[in-house]
Amino acid sequence: MTVTIDAKLAQSFGLTGGEYDKLLTIMGRTPSFAELGIFSVMWSEHCSYKSSRVHLKTLPTKAPWVIHGPGENAGVVDIGEGLAAIFKMESHNHPSFIEPYQGAATGVGGILRDVFTMGARPVANLNALRFGDAKHSGTRRVVDGVVRGIGGYGNCVGVPTVGGEVNFHKAYDGNPLVNAMTVGIARKDKIFLSAAAGIGNPVVYVGSKTGRDGIHGATMSSAEFDDKAASKRPTVQVGDPFIEKLLIEACLELMATDAIVAIQDMGAAGLTSSAVEMAGKGGVGIELNLDAVPQREPNMTAYEMMLSESQERMLMVLKPERTEEARRIFEKWELDFAIVGKLTDSGHITVIHNGVTEANIPLAPLADEAPIYNRPMVHAEPPRHISPPADPVGIEHALLTLIGCPDLASRSWIWNQYDGSVGGNTARRPGAADAAIVRVDGTRLGLALTTDCTPRYCQADPKAGGAQAVAEAWRNITATGAKPLAVTDNLNFGNPERPEIMGQFADAIKGMGDACRALDFPVVSGNVSLYNETRSPTGLAQAILPTPAIGALGVIADASKSIGLAMPDNHDLVLVGEIRGELGQSLWLREICHKEEGAPPRIDLVAERHNGDFVRAQIEAGHVAACHDIADGGLMITIAEMVMASGVGCELLAPPHGLPIHAFWYGEDQACYVIATKNAKAMLSAAEKAHVPARKLGHSKGTSLKMADGMSVSASRLREINEAFFPKFMGEGA
Amino acid sequence: MKAGIVVFPGTNRERDMAHALKLITGHAPRMIWHHETSLGDLDLVVLPGGFSFGDYLRSGAMAAHSPIMAEIRRFAEKGGHILGVCNGFQVLTESHLLPGALLRNAGLRFLSQDCHLKVENATTPYTRGWKSGDVFRAPLAHGDGNYTASPETLQRLEGEGRVAFRYSTASGHVSHDDRHANPNGSALSIAGILSENGRVCGLMPHPENLVDPEIGATDGVPLFKGLVEALVA
Repeated sequence: MTVTIDAKLAQSFGLTGGEYDKLLTIMGRTPSFAELGIFSVMWSEHCSYKSSRVHLKTLPTKAPWVIHGPGENAGVVDIGEGLAAIFKMESHNHPSFIEPYQGAATGVGGILRDVFTMGARPVANLNALRFGDAKHSGTRRVVDGVVRGIGGYGNCVGVPTVGGEVNFHKAYDGNPLVNAMTVGIARKDKIFLSAAAGIGNPVVYVGSKTGRDGIHGATMSSAEFDDKAASKRPTVQVGDPFIEKLLIEACLELMATDAIVAIQDMGAAGLTSSAVEMAGKGGVGIELNLDAVPQREPNMTAYEMMLSESQERMLMVLKPERTEEARRIFEKWELDFAIVGKLTDSGHITVIHNGVTEANIPLAPLADEAPIYNRPMVHAEPPRHISPPADPVGIEHALLTLIGCPDLASRSWIWNQYDGSVGGNTARRPGAADAAIVRVDGTRLGLALTTDCTPRYCQADPKAGGAQAVAEAWRNITATGAKPLAVTDNLNFGNPERPEIMGQFADAIKGMGDACRALDFPVVSGNVSLYNETRSPTGLAQAILPTPAIGALGVIADASKSIGLAMPDNHDLVLVGEIRGELGQSLWLREICHKEEGAPPRIDLVAERHNGDFVRAQIEAGHVAACHDIADGGLMITIAEMVMASGVGCELLAPPHGLPIHAFWYGEDQACYVIATKNAKAMLSAAEKAHVPARKLGHSKGTSLKMADGMSVSASRLREINEAFFPKFMGEGA
Repeated sequence: MKAGIVVFPGTNRERDMAHALKLITGHAPRMIWHHETSLGDLDLVVLPGGFSFGDYLRSGAMAAHSPIMAEIRRFAEKGGHILGVCNGFQVLTESHLLPGALLRNAGLRFLSQDCHLKVENATTPYTRGWKSGDVFRAPLAHGDGNYTASPETLQRLEGEGRVAFRYSTASGHVSHDDRHANPNGSALSIAGILSENGRVCGLMPHPENLVDPEIGATDGVPLFKGLVEALVA
């Protein structure tokens, strides 16, 4: 095979003319085929964050409890008792459209490796999913494959899937989003990092063999789709959760010794990025001998091995005298173990195959001179707040419509395909509380975990939407009684080369940063997924809604004292926070009036913090029997969800004067909670003292949701409608 | 009670089972790697849940040929007590230590949800913590839990009191054709069975995941308490 290596070939690898010129300057010569491959993946959007870095830098990343922020494989926070929680969320959007099952499955596998590579046993998975319009013909195939893929992988590795979120919108018809999050636990003095050290130390490859799958996956993920997306199927990796399970156990067994100097999973850009990052971070050189790489198929070239994204592989630097001990552990687990190179003082990555040096690249400029762009931006004027339109259908009709709509219908059809109980520590499963609660083994501590984002708000006003995503995650953790500690972000946007998309990105980050600062809720890890667009045969590009998904973690001192949604009988219902009747961009407006317009609800970060701190203090004082925040669908949906969770009904008081009734019940006001308490009077008086707005809403009683005007809907009817959507959508009988 | 838990590659509920045994018996069980060839002196051997060998080929089929299984067969022949949960139940049927087989769930999807189990025969070491007719909650999490056997075998299991647990509603109503009462479509709603001598028990749901009041409930405790009473006496 003779290939001319020039700017044109570089372009087909995803490098621009300017980037190729830079490569030539660094190398001082024409690169080899393998070298061009290495540069192209390391400088891809996916690996280099070249469009996003200038904006990401503005996010707050520090707090006294943050042990490691962005820059490591995952974020690490101190949760007390000598333990650390390690977590991150990552996208697998492009592969999940091309091949939903494997795309989603390997998304789960990849994020698991990011977490256990740092020494943590994974204890929980979550996933934030966005699918196309439920009426679109292709959506069902994607939902089916993605859900099976997440379950197929997560169930087999034995990590409980405890939470997440699902939205449907036509903007995702050609580009679904699969954002997977893993949380792990490690002793805080036993965290493993990726910086290589010790000239001469062996570089060891463990896990699965290398095949030809996923070659150039990172580059594929850095381009928009066209109508030939299906032809990219060979760039999708194939996962083997059984091998991953063995890899987790073998790595944790080895990590219990002190044989490891540095460890890094092989994720996007496989052997290339793991070797480059480990050596680069450690300021050393690395020499790889590809003859020693375990190979699944014969005659693989250096280019193929360096760019393969075969799954379930790790790269480690070991103390030389401990190599045999490590080998025995991996042999016990029947995994490949191969010494594939050593650390050098050359400052280069050198790749040797069949006695030929296939690549020899200086590491410092590969990282330091990676392209970085401050791309042009256009900031759209946010829409104005709207005054509430007239109610065309009445409160009851709206309630029954909303609880059955795709965005609010029960997700149990999905959760019930994910093992949520393995591990024996899941104290609150999906739907039982605003955040999942997972007890930490050997302690009473509970992790509170959630993922949140409201893309329709972000589309209308990216800054407000970015702030809202962070605030809602903080609120969901607060509603369980836990203290919110930190977030991981998964920023899904369209083509950054379009100024209006870049504007959305920058504005969303501004909003997120504001909220993170106001709520002491730093960003400790994250992932950026750009080019989420599909070009139709007519040439029109359809971008997704801007979707900065937030994964968040909090901790509660005693998991058994966490608060859920299910309200007991004979309790007062109290609203904490102020309802202004925000119907702009609400689900009521979309599902009842068929309009997506207006400004999203106002975000008041001071009130958010103040109201949330009040609620958490009330929970800690033992005054709260159930709690649920107000979000999609507004106050009425919050109450209906509490009724459905418990089967206990309620009698609601008439809403206050001054607001249209439907705006009170269906406005998506922020910083609000509904609490079930024994004694509303005491709580209202505490709220008054704390200058927190609060009012009594009613009383839990019977088995129906009843309004002062006589409306009455039974809990069983609510459940029936709420449960109906998914089985019907998927064409399965209930 | 001296208990041992067998770990195959891909087993993933061994820690849950160890936690339950430790909590209730006060003693940590011995973890037994599938390559081992001796069980030592044990009162109870547990085959826990998971995806042994990835469930490739058939759930439990490859684990049934692991080196430790020859020893487990001998243990069974000597009248030893063996509990198989979920994948462990599948290994026991694949090893012919229990009759029948576990097919794909009737809905053809993995199921993870709470189910209710009705205790059918409370005279065995595995069920004596309950009374016959008691109903308790247990999480289930499996893709292949649809119990099936020949009509003769089913008749024998029924006639000999070897159906230990049946799927039911919370109020104890058994209905084979109702997915709410019998989620995976098992024949005669069978969730757990016993060997001829009553000493080998397999069931699909996970009582070991509901033993700790700190995470919500103790519905699974009687299984372990009953075993301690029966096997330590």
